Amino acid sequence: MSWYVKPETPAKIPPAKALWEICPRCRAYVPRKEWKDNGSICPRCNYHGRLKARERAELLSDAGTFKEMFREVSYSDHLSFRDASGPYVEKVEAAIGKTGETESILTGSAAMGGIPVALGAMDFAFMGGSLGTGTGERIARLCEFAMEERRPLVICSASGGARMQEGILSLMQMAKTAAAVRRVKDAGLPYISVLTDPTTGGVSASFAMLGDINITEPRTLIGFAGRRVIENTIRQKLPADFQTAEYLLDHGFADSIVERRELKAFIVKMLHYFGF
Amino acid sequence: MAKTSKAAPRRTASAGKAKPSAAKSAMDVVKLARDPARPHIFDYIREICADFTELHGDRLVNDDRALVCGFAQIGPRKVLLCGHNKGATVEENMAANFGMANPDGYRKAMRLMALAEKFRLPVVTFVDTPGAYPGREAEERGQAEAIAKSIEFMGALKTPVVCVITGEGGSGGALAVAVGDRILMLENAVYSVISPEGCAGILWRDGAKAPEAAAALKITAPDLKKLGVVDSIIPEPAGGAQKNPKAAAAAVKKAVLAALAELDGIAPADFPALRYGKFSAMGRFA
Ligand SMILES: [Zn+2]
Repeated sequence: MSWYVKPETPAKIPPAKALWEICPRCRAYVPRKEWKDNGSICPRCNYHGRLKARERAELLSDAGTFKEMFREVSYSDHLSFRDASGPYVEKVEAAIGKTGETESILTGSAAMGGIPVALGAMDFAFMGGSLGTGTGERIARLCEFAMEERRPLVICSASGGARMQEGILSLMQMAKTAAAVRRVKDAGLPYISVLTDPTTGGVSASFAMLGDINITEPRTLIGFAGRRVIENTIRQKLPADFQTAEYLLDHGFADSIVERRELKAFIVKMLHYFGF
Repeated sequence: MAKTSKAAPRRTASAGKAKPSAAKSAMDVVKLARDPARPHIFDYIREICADFTELHGDRLVNDDRALVCGFAQIGPRKVLLCGHNKGATVEENMAANFGMANPDGYRKAMRLMALAEKFRLPVVTFVDTPGAYPGREAEERGQAEAIAKSIEFMGALKTPVVCVITGEGGSGGALAVAVGDRILMLENAVYSVISPEGCAGILWRDGAKAPEAAAALKITAPDLKKLGVVDSIIPEPAGGAQKNPKAAAAAVKKAVLAALAELDGIAPADFPALRYGKFSAMGRFA
């Protein structure tokens, strides 16, 4: 057994943090390598940890087929925005430094089960996966690419919503991306939306909910308004499973909950049904 | 301690003196946009529409009072009119959730927009909402899906769409009925991705910094016109629309009819591509 649970110890920073992942759900200590080799899934409780955009792209693509596109499209500071802790530009540059990505979505071409697809994967570590003008532009270009090459569109979302530092223009990306994925669907191509943990706010309320097929992973957080905002509004406690993938499925808004290990095979099977 | 208490009042006083009465801060405009005395949807309908025939319900679960829809005669034009309803009395406020729509509201609007498209009637929307309703049932019935679908649906409508931001344009709940060919905005309306209070709470960690957030977010009509989000600004009577609702409504009517006239002659099938072009240009950089 390569994982263990520390009994009763209050959460102190473990001495060898670099070597261990602590499962946020069951508190098991899992060797980092084993955690990564297992697709960032807890071997003890099956908790599906968050993936970086590149890990997600690799998980879904046939080995070595993912090729990044539109990397040159990055953020834009249309508002010259600054808040109490400084200018937006500094924060977004820090996110670029930290993640190695230049926007909150990674886009490119890939093959899945031998089928050429247009693939996007959001990175929650990049400013909470927020939807900025660069994000919207990459999605629009990815949609155009899918249409030009008659490829299915697959987008994995992971986002807290619109990027408020880009103000109203971030809100407008909801309209831009919704129209862009609509064009793909109208062109007779499939759009598979994979809602990953977490997908909320302006992203759940735009392209992420608009898939021909909306799939998600176990216990993923998906919703529009935040739990605390709702509890403050209605002055009631919400059920524990509120806004989980399972809750969404029960209420009719997710086509299927798919284990991460099965995700690629599931999408490929759908594409086979659609004649690819 | 002594230092801050010395500095703070001085700053306030000089800001107050230096500011001529004409230059409103963004937060001043937010307050005007939210003023309960500002004309509501039914005030506009009374002043603008020779006829308004309200139609109810999403044919699924409910009739959402937060979003009012019906066919209307505006001057020489027959249109579908959809607008947020904040309510004029306490009872109406409650029934309409202060203009915060549930999924049922957006689904009702989509149902009727499809009908307008079928009979080649333009769609006119009036936007005045703090945002979509954050409630348990709203989430259960798919608030995110309803807003997403409405945004997508309006983008693809094969009929002219004119949107007027009359008061508060609150985030996704506003955009859900504001995807149009012409976006008009009253002089003292605001339109924002997040409320100044919400933004201040997150980025300033202090809701009281809402005035700073309001200024930084650039949510007033002149700022939004500069950013290319709004096509034209509808002037309000001196002191704001609430000082003279009749004059405000007359200006709205004139602007809506002018916008509809600009869209005459466009083939219905061309609207989706034109709208995509319009919205995909927003925030695009060379
Ligand atoms: Zn676990």
